[in-house]
Amino acid sequence: MVGLTHYLALSGVLFAISLAGIFINRKNMILLLMCIELLLLAVNFNFIAFSRFLGDPGGQVFVFFILTVAASEAAIGLAILVVLFRSKSSIRVDDMNAMKG
Amino acid sequence: MATVLLTIVLSPLLAAVVAGFFGRQIGRSGAHTVTIAGVGLAFGLSAYVLSGLLSGSMLPYNDTVYRWLALNSVGLTMEVGFLVDNLTALMMVVVTFVSLMVHIYTIGYMHDDDGYQRFFSYISLFTFAMLMLVMANNFLQLFFGWEAVGVVSYLLIGFWYKRPTAIFANMKAFIVNRVGDFGFLLGIAAILMYAGSLDYVDVFAQASGMAEAQISLFGSGSWSLLTVACIGLFIGAMGKSAQVPLHVWLPDSMEGPTPISALIHAATMVTAGVFMVARMSPLFELSEAALAFVLVIGATTALFTGLLGLVQTDIKRVVAYSTLSQLGYMTVALGASAYAAGIFHLMTHAFFKALLFLAAGSVIIGLHHEQDMRKMGGLKKYMPVTYWTCLAGSLALIGFPGTAGFFSKDALIEAVHFSEIAGSGYAYYCVLAGVFLTALYSFRMFFLVFHGKERIDEDARHHLHESPWVVTLPLVLLAIPSLLIGWPTIGPLLFGDFFAGAIQVLPQHDVLAEMRADFHGPLGFLLHGLQSPVLALAFAGVVTAWFLYLKNPLLPREIRGRLSWAYTLLSNKYYFDAFNEQVLARGARLLGSGLWHGGDRAVIDGVMVNGSAHAIGRLAGLLRYAQTGYLYHYAFLMVAGLCGLVGWLIW
Amino acid sequence: MGLLSILVWLPIVGGLVVLAVGDRLGENGARWVALAFSMLIFVLSLGLYTGFDFSTSSMQFVERSAWIPAFNVEYYLGVDGISTPLILLSTFLTPMIIVAAWEVIQQRPAQYLAAFLILEGFMIGVFAALDAILFYVFWEAMLIPMFLVIGIWGGERRVYATLKFFLYTFLGSVLMLVALIYLYLQAGSFSIPGFHDLPLTAAAQRWVFLAFLIAFAVKVPMWPVHTWLPDAHVEAPTGGSVVLAAVLLKMGGYGFVRFSMPIAPDASSALSGLMIALSLIAVVYIGFVALVQTDMKKLIAYSSIAHMGFVTLGFFLVFAIVTDGAGLEVGRSAVMGVMGGMVQMISHGLISGAMFLCVGVLYDRMHSRRIADYGGVINTMPKFGALMVFFAMANAGLPGTSGFVGEFLVILASFQANFWCAFLAATTLILGAAYTLWMIKRVVFGDIANDNVRELTDINRREGLLLVILAASVLALGVYPAPLVEMLEPSVANLLTHVTQSKL
Repeated sequence: MVGLTHYLALSGVLFAISLAGIFINRKNMILLLMCIELLLLAVNFNFIAFSRFLGDPGGQVFVFFILTVAASEAAIGLAILVVLFRSKSSIRVDDMNAMKG
Repeated sequence: MATVLLTIVLSPLLAAVVAGFFGRQIGRSGAHTVTIAGVGLAFGLSAYVLSGLLSGSMLPYNDTVYRWLALNSVGLTMEVGFLVDNLTALMMVVVTFVSLMVHIYTIGYMHDDDGYQRFFSYISLFTFAMLMLVMANNFLQLFFGWEAVGVVSYLLIGFWYKRPTAIFANMKAFIVNRVGDFGFLLGIAAILMYAGSLDYVDVFAQASGMAEAQISLFGSGSWSLLTVACIGLFIGAMGKSAQVPLHVWLPDSMEGPTPISALIHAATMVTAGVFMVARMSPLFELSEAALAFVLVIGATTALFTGLLGLVQTDIKRVVAYSTLSQLGYMTVALGASAYAAGIFHLMTHAFFKALLFLAAGSVIIGLHHEQDMRKMGGLKKYMPVTYWTCLAGSLALIGFPGTAGFFSKDALIEAVHFSEIAGSGYAYYCVLAGVFLTALYSFRMFFLVFHGKERIDEDARHHLHESPWVVTLPLVLLAIPSLLIGWPTIGPLLFGDFFAGAIQVLPQHDVLAEMRADFHGPLGFLLHGLQSPVLALAFAGVVTAWFLYLKNPLLPREIRGRLSWAYTLLSNKYYFDAFNEQVLARGARLLGSGLWHGGDRAVIDGVMVNGSAHAIGRLAGLLRYAQTGYLYHYAFLMVAGLCGLVGWLIW
Repeated sequence: MGLLSILVWLPIVGGLVVLAVGDRLGENGARWVALAFSMLIFVLSLGLYTGFDFSTSSMQFVERSAWIPAFNVEYYLGVDGISTPLILLSTFLTPMIIVAAWEVIQQRPAQYLAAFLILEGFMIGVFAALDAILFYVFWEAMLIPMFLVIGIWGGERRVYATLKFFLYTFLGSVLMLVALIYLYLQAGSFSIPGFHDLPLTAAAQRWVFLAFLIAFAVKVPMWPVHTWLPDAHVEAPTGGSVVLAAVLLKMGGYGFVRFSMPIAPDASSALSGLMIALSLIAVVYIGFVALVQTDMKKLIAYSSIAHMGFVTLGFFLVFAIVTDGAGLEVGRSAVMGVMGGMVQMISHGLISGAMFLCVGVLYDRMHSRRIADYGGVINTMPKFGALMVFFAMANAGLPGTSGFVGEFLVILASFQANFWCAFLAATTLILGAAYTLWMIKRVVFGDIANDNVRELTDINRREGLLLVILAASVLALGVYPAPLVEMLEPSVANLLTHVTQSKL
């Protein structure tokens, strides 16, 4: 029987993978965006699991919100990425250090 | 009476304001008319007041004019007011008379000067300030007059403001005087601290208590408050009356026009210190230490500045050094508690020294502003009036029997002889030696200027003639009292009760009382004086001058060659000026720039202000290395921090 | 609306009007409008003098209404004998500054004049505020117009000078805010008179005193936090220097008598030795530093520091004056000290203002402040030379000018505290004369030094009028200071009763 624990474990694993993607990935900004999406998905997973487990539909409503936000964020993120590529001719993460002190 | 006194004070002030601010509108003649009218009115009224006081138809006046400042909650008032008794009235007459003479003389002396109106304005203003000083009934007004005469003196020494020497001399005079005022103010502070009043009468009433009050200055040693106060006040007098070591400004002040040398730097302002000490006699009497200090300073000044007169070649400077020496005499008299003798000498000196200065000025304009005595000689036949009046002045100065100077100087020396205050022995020999010196340098000047070979420039000789009447009239009018004023005045001033109530002397100090026993009228005094060593010394001085400068004019050069070290010492004025300029003034500037560069710029601005800014900058420079700009570093730290926080919360 | 409110807000309204219509009216229009406002304010402020009750030490012209009830902050104005002369000084000098800027400020004149009008309102607000928050708001607001004046119309190194000025003063006042909040927490309201009666422990007093000290010492300025002043003065335009020296420095002195001394009397007493030492250092050390300055404005700025040293010296002497065995009257010297400090503040406002105006007159013609560039100015500018010599004498503390009164009282009082204290204070007689007259000798007297000096023109009517009015007031205050003293006295006496009573 697949219980709450399994869902939470899967969600934790997804979360860890996406974090690792953010830390380790040095090459591609698109990967970064995808990792962020994955991060949000891991959170959504938790929401759905708890919603089902506690019988509260509110959690699923949140998931819709988050999906909407994630979608618009991905859109804006990609748009910024395009602008960045135009000005810097690169989408390498290592090149993006304008905030260096 | 209040109206009369106010008129005396305010008429010169008003005249000065009119001549100063409206000089262009009223023109030259307007300026001298209005100022002479103002000072003349003041003189007439002063004479009226003096005669009223003498005849007894007026009583000494002591009242407030207006309240300057009042601290009601603690009962302290500071006022402007007049105290007019015989001492003050005598000073008022002397001041206004000499001032009037100088005003008239100035018409001739400053005839060609662009600053004619300005000059009249200044000397009238001076008369006002000097009157405020002598008429004061409290220390505030005394200090006010004290500084005001200093300022006018500053303006007048620098009257020819284009001359670098003049504007140096006036600054020097003001600053040296300020050194004196520094002591003066501390003296006033000491008095106020004890007496709680600045009014003379209140202060004098508490003098004896003040003598017992102690103040600690250095560590545990304690001083009498009165001694501290008196020495402070006398330091002020040393500045104003040019006593060693604060005398250095007076010779330089000769950069000013001659009339003011006569008025300010001979007859009136420089005697303010003497007057002040006499006025403060109830205080000085109670402090033997202060009297001894006064005596020693005065004696030193009398002798050693007289020596300097021997080597001067500038006619005005000779007279200036003789003024210094005579001021020393007056101070000696004060120190010996013979205040009346000091004031008596002050009065006679005012006449004959003003006369000598004005005569020197007459010579100077005759020779078109030539002041070097080496370019004079034989002027007797060209300038007879100047010659005879100058002779009168010189005789009075050396104390020729019968002249005013004889009476005052002889009495003064006698008084010092009787004195038992510490230092009086030293003082006695100083003043005796000074008599010889006075005769020597004054007749040196007299012979060099009026007798002997003519050493005048050719084109100066063509224009050489006796000065106009506006110049000679004051000479004659001053010569009369220089010769005669001693006869009627010595009795009441020195041995009578003229100064009763104004000057107080303790019985154990009262040297004049000892002399009073032997006094049998001026003629008796004269006969007595003929036997004293003083006359012999003066006579020896004149003979020496005659021998050196008329009989053997080459001898002085010989002596100078033999005694070159002494000559160098004297012509450098004992290196006082060099010391002041090289050590004190330079030291102050070095200290100032040291504090500025080292303190303000290096430490405060460099280390503390800009230093802290730089330190923050450097700290930020180190911290910026943590700011890599890589998103993954920030994210990692964020997560690590989160984990740490959660871990800490759970644990 | 009471007189004080009008005096505070009318200048600010005037400033806004000048800002709004200045560009439309043209430059001269803006000048006339600004002058009209400042004159109106001055005339109105005379009402403070005519309506003043000389017999009481309590606050007059009081206005009080709630402002932020949640924190018990009030709109609370009122003046006593200590603040009234300072307000009158501000309203007297503002028209002067506006006239002084008349033809001189060509760049954005309307904004310049508006800045001074607004500044005037804030200055009056500082002196009139009896609520600590109101005071603090005005105190900080004052920095803004001053910052702009130096920063926009200043000299070459104006950015450095403005930053230094701003950071110095701001740093100090932040700590003052901490102290004010602490006092609020203790007292439950921000009323300054309430603070005066607030009992505080010795430790609390010490902290409060130190926090205030930093704020006020910077403003005065006391040694060693004085170095912003010479820089600010040198870079400020003439009007800025005048208002800085004449009024802004007085805020520090005012703060000491309004806050530090009555609120923390025991701490003031405990630290009075330090304060007197710092004041004497200011007098002597700064006197020597002033001696070697080569820039006229710097010299006058340093002399301001030395003169303000007399203010703090006079205030803190109160605690050093001791009774000795003979039971000498001490109250006298204490009153003389504080009174001397107060009179010195007013007098210094007039004299230093006049001195900066004099330098401004020269600067407008020659565009140099270096002493070495001048010499023999009196030959070409006789009227100006006479006035400058007069002000220099006043600066050196000549009797008969206002500069003497304060110094005289403070020196006399300091003798009571200690002979050496008076000795050091009295050195100002020598040092003051030396640095002032040496400058006068090099600038005013002498033969014409160079061709630039030869082409100088004497002061015009506008400049002459300003300087003559100032000279007349300096003289009047020196010859007859009694009215000023009379106004100050009840408040000073009241202050002393507060100060001499321990709060422990």
